[in-house]
Amino acid sequence: MLIVENLWVEVEGEKVLKGINLRIKSGETHVLFGPNGAGKSSLFFAIMGFSKYRVVEGRIIFKERDITYLPPHERARLGLGISFQRPPSLRGIKLYQIGKLMGREDRKIQEYAKLLSLNGLLYRDVNLGFSGGEMKRSEIFQLLLQGPDLALIDEPESGVDVVNIDLIAEAIKRLLQKDRPILERKRSGIIITHTGFILEKVKADRGHLLMDGKIVCSGNPEEMFNEIKLKGYKECVKCWKKTLS
Amino acid sequence: MLEKDIILKEREVLERVGFVLDEKQRSGSFVLLDNEEIASNYTEGLTFYSMGKAVKEIKGVKEKLWTLVPEDKDKWTRKAASGPPRGYFIHVAKGVKVEKPLQACFLIATSRMTQTTHNLIILEDGAELYIINGCATASYINAGLHIGITEIFVGKGAFLSYTMIHDWASQVEVRPRTGVYVQEGGKFVSNYITIKESRLTQSYPEAIVERNGAAQFASLVFAPPNSLYDLGARIYLNGEGARGEIISRAISGGGKVYSKGHLIGNAPGIKAHMSCDGLLLNSQGSIVAIPELEANHPEVEMSHEAAVGKIAEEEIEYLMSRGFSPEEAKSLIIKGFLDPKILGLPPALEAEVNKTIEMIGEGSL
Ligand SMILES: Nc1ncnc2c1ncn2[C@@H]1O[C@H](COP(=O)(O)OP(=O)(O)OP(=O)(O)O)[C@@H](O)[C@H]1O
Ligand SMILES: [Mg+2]
Repeated sequence: MLIVENLWVEVEGEKVLKGINLRIKSGETHVLFGPNGAGKSSLFFAIMGFSKYRVVEGRIIFKERDITYLPPHERARLGLGISFQRPPSLRGIKLYQIGKLMGREDRKIQEYAKLLSLNGLLYRDVNLGFSGGEMKRSEIFQLLLQGPDLALIDEPESGVDVVNIDLIAEAIKRLLQKDRPILERKRSGIIITHTGFILEKVKADRGHLLMDGKIVCSGNPEEMFNEIKLKGYKECVKCWKKTLS
Repeated sequence: MLEKDIILKEREVLERVGFVLDEKQRSGSFVLLDNEEIASNYTEGLTFYSMGKAVKEIKGVKEKLWTLVPEDKDKWTRKAASGPPRGYFIHVAKGVKVEKPLQACFLIATSRMTQTTHNLIILEDGAELYIINGCATASYINAGLHIGITEIFVGKGAFLSYTMIHDWASQVEVRPRTGVYVQEGGKFVSNYITIKESRLTQSYPEAIVERNGAAQFASLVFAPPNSLYDLGARIYLNGEGARGEIISRAISGGGKVYSKGHLIGNAPGIKAHMSCDGLLLNSQGSIVAIPELEANHPEVEMSHEAAVGKIAEEEIEYLMSRGFSPEEAKSLIIKGFLDPKILGLPPALEAEVNKTIEMIGEGSL
């Protein structure tokens, strides 16, 4: 589904990604860990093709196509989707309108809105004045409407209350076809998380630890998360260094 | 009355500025065709005459003219005063709430002509009226001068919503001069929407607001290359508790927009706010926001905010990541920026304005 090869990315003249390698198969869910400022969101933005995130080396292959220099909308049309950690507000554009313009039926829009309990937000301007939790739900809502083959989900649970975390987890499961047997799953996802709450509800196949622009360790996501929780990010790296030597 | 050849022929032009030929949707219709007045009225409690007829037949009309806009204000008012007044006279009787909007259109159908209008609107106490006033040039016209004098009296507790949609040809010069008097507890709302370039539009309406009254001037402007919009509004908040608001949303696609406003607080407890937002689509255009606040009493609450810039790349790319092309994304953002929801129109008129905004959104790129 996705192959990231030796990806170096610059933002405002600063190198934020330094040789990322990543492979995600069809139907797989991966988790990305890493301290603040490590470059996790930047990796998503680079995969999505945002202009500020300039690829200086390496390439991104999606569904066997080199997409390294495609604009975001063409990537989206190929089946990539993203939910933002901090989305911008769109004045005068209603959440409902986005669904309609994506060509979705009213029925689907209402169904997903109900699933995420955001009917009240449908006729509001996208993200304008939304609370933190509402924003997260509106992001997942838009991803559901889009139905991408690879979803990049950036901190879906940060700042979300316990009840709404369940709603979001349900929606992500649906998005990633978790109800189907593994072999029938087509959709893949990468989830960034600090809290791990989402891991308890959405089963992931593989975890990666990103530090200072590099993937320094990969493995079983739950084990990695427990390790990080107990000993911090640094120890996790030591373990990786051990495996190298 | 609307069967005139030219009106039927220019149907599309008229509909673009909210003027419909189906008279059932309106409480009255008025067309100023070059300088010829055509009026008809379908509603009780509403007097709707051409100005030519009103000054002849209705006592006191002539005396009311030039009381809110000084006759010798400038060369345009003097020009308008030099001929017989043409335009409309609207009177809504005490307590009458006119349900359907009243429509008027100033249509220039002869090239290079000077059209002058003088309109008088009087709402007695407790009356209510929505006006949609279109300004347009026939499809084959490209030059002309429009001078429009409008004087508006809003009685105690009365409400007037006055929406203007402009669709002038490229070489037309537009000089409206407007004066408004809002009595105790009355409310006046002006909405100004422009679709296309006009070479030069210069307008600075003034309103005087008495105790607990309110005045709001909102404008949605799109300025294509080679156009100049010099727009502003002044509100004198003279009575205790009066409120005033100026809202301006301007987009330059290459033209120049001045967005001015002057709020004057003369009494305790008044509240006034002005917001100017500007979007520049390219480097040929410019937007100048000039808000002025004048407090002449310590117990006033007055504020302004202004933000001018280009469309945020982040917003465009956000929409692109949902599969929209950059053009679709920009068009959506532009239409959103000119959101008619801020005008608080009744649904039918909002739909009318929405059509206009759609066209701006599509045509802007
Ligand atoms: N648009 C930008 N402009 C300037 N610097 C940026 C930009 N985007 C990212 N950076 C910088 O790149 C580095 C990585 O940021 P990124 O947002 O990818 O971190 P992150 O791993 O997602 O962190 P967090 O867990 O806090 O969300 C940071 O130092 C950040 O300041
Ligand atoms: Mg981040």
